[in-house]
Amino acid sequence: MRSFFDSIRKFKLASTLGLIVLVGIWSIPTVGLLITAFRSKDSAAATGWWDALANPFGQDWTLDAFATVLERDGMLQSLISTIVVAVPSTVLPILIAANAAYAFTFIEFKGREWIFGIVVGLMVIPLQAALVPVLRGMVWLKKNLGISIIGDYPGAWIVHATFALPLAIYILRNYMMTLPVALIEAARVDGASYYQIFWRLVMPMSIPALASFAIFQFMWVWNDYLIAFIFVGDERTVMTYRLLRLLGQYGDGWQNVAAGSFLSLIVPLIVFFSLQRYFVRGLTAGAVK
Amino acid sequence: MGAFGDIGYGLFAIAIGIAVSLAVYKGLDLLVNLFSEKLQKKIRALGFLLPAALLLVVILLIPLVQTFYLSFTNKSGKEFIGIQNYVDLFSSPEFLGILLNNFLWIAFVPAITVAIGLLVATLGNNVGPRREKIFKSLIFMPMSISFVSAATIWSFIYVFVPPGRPEIGLLNSIVVALGGEPQPWLIIDTARFNSFLLMIIIIWLQAGFAMVLLSAAIKAVPEETIEAARIDGANTVQVFFQVIVPQIRATIMSVFITVLILVMKIFDIVLAMTGGQFNTSVLGFEFYKQFFLNFNTGAASAIVTILTILVAPLMWIQIRSARKQEALR
Repeated sequence: MRSFFDSIRKFKLASTLGLIVLVGIWSIPTVGLLITAFRSKDSAAATGWWDALANPFGQDWTLDAFATVLERDGMLQSLISTIVVAVPSTVLPILIAANAAYAFTFIEFKGREWIFGIVVGLMVIPLQAALVPVLRGMVWLKKNLGISIIGDYPGAWIVHATFALPLAIYILRNYMMTLPVALIEAARVDGASYYQIFWRLVMPMSIPALASFAIFQFMWVWNDYLIAFIFVGDERTVMTYRLLRLLGQYGDGWQNVAAGSFLSLIVPLIVFFSLQRYFVRGLTAGAVK
Repeated sequence: MGAFGDIGYGLFAIAIGIAVSLAVYKGLDLLVNLFSEKLQKKIRALGFLLPAALLLVVILLIPLVQTFYLSFTNKSGKEFIGIQNYVDLFSSPEFLGILLNNFLWIAFVPAITVAIGLLVATLGNNVGPRREKIFKSLIFMPMSISFVSAATIWSFIYVFVPPGRPEIGLLNSIVVALGGEPQPWLIIDTARFNSFLLMIIIIWLQAGFAMVLLSAAIKAVPEETIEAARIDGANTVQVFFQVIVPQIRATIMSVFITVLILVMKIFDIVLAMTGGQFNTSVLGFEFYKQFFLNFNTGAASAIVTILTILVAPLMWIQIRSARKQEALR
């Protein structure tokens, strides 16, 4: 007997055509932007990007827009700032959450389930709900104690790390609960300390979960505007912030906006296409964020 | 070179940041080991939990309570004024318009996103694994794009060039080619038309997410149930709606609620596309505007408190269903 999925093979052609149409519609916006990034100011203002696509050899293709946004508009500085914001904002919450998840999974203590319940509950909070007091607190620290974590990287690291913790602890604990307890008990019998077990056994065995969360968090931080705007600000402008300003100056030519957008897209796209499997897994697990 | 100075500073900052946190855990471990065996057992967990607990309490829990308190204070956040902020908000037509926008986002975006995701997932199931992978990647790709980048991409589609100059916006070019007049799309707020243009961007971003989860769910539907329905004479459409859809209902709900939560908190798109003008503002944007443009701490806190109260129950449902699914595994 032919199965359902076999019998609909005859729909293969129709489905393929349907998908080609959908994928076409879905890709047009990005394609338009990518093409515009490589056009000169004059041609970007004179004709639509589809014109360049229809007649690719009669165009004055140029990298001018990239040079302009990298140098004059400071996109190069922003690229660096974004990396410096994103890397610790990814590594720190993973490190901190893995430690906490380890305690929640393998160490008995009073009120464990209860406290874990609170952590899970904290995933519920939209991050804006904590921003104003945190900002006021950091400004207070700067004014009264001269500790300037605001307006620089550490402010963003701390806030990104904290807001990532509930979800990270939740995901990592779920994963650690699937690790073989017998192995850990055996290590205890052999005289390994809890600290050693964490670093030598639990961390290496948790790599799939750590990787999934890392990619999810990296993309989240890279694409974030609000926290970077509030806590890093003007001094070390990240790419989303810079891009927003570029968008405000589109009178300067769409090729600049397009080139800026291209630069901010390229890293997430590389991460996405090379590590898609992990990204999907992290996304599925992080669906509650 | 400023940029290279930044690289040096950045690398240094990254190294210090990570080294300090590693040292904290090592230090805590050494500290715990100073105590007697019996006491160690009691405080062992603290060595691993303390940094996380400290951050969550100081940066999340306490500020949360403070925000709630600030929502009852005046513009500077220094004077207690009771529920005045809430009274002002709910008696202002502008704020009621904002709630209407949020409602429209909620009413349209999650349902359309799920429908498109389901369509792509179903079609993808018919075309063979190699094509499916390519098509799905392309639909999923916008998921990796930031809201601000997405806004630049779509601004370029909606862009309005005053008549007399060459048309470079895609939407207006199509309209002109069909014999119409170019329109300043984002300004048209009749029937909240411009808000719908913004919604399209989120649907474009999120459909891939819906597709990935729904596709996995469809593939997990046992084939026997489908064949049984075929033998009973059900046609393809009947099989889809009466056999497949009921079995993936949990996933549909979960995707729907996830997109719903995202949409309720929507902010960046509105900021980048219209700056909240022309009746497109939403709660997430209004919070930003009140705090960073109007410097009104009390009103901003009240708005974000309203948002939290609206979102929290939904997220709670989401987490509970996630836990239930784990229990089944």
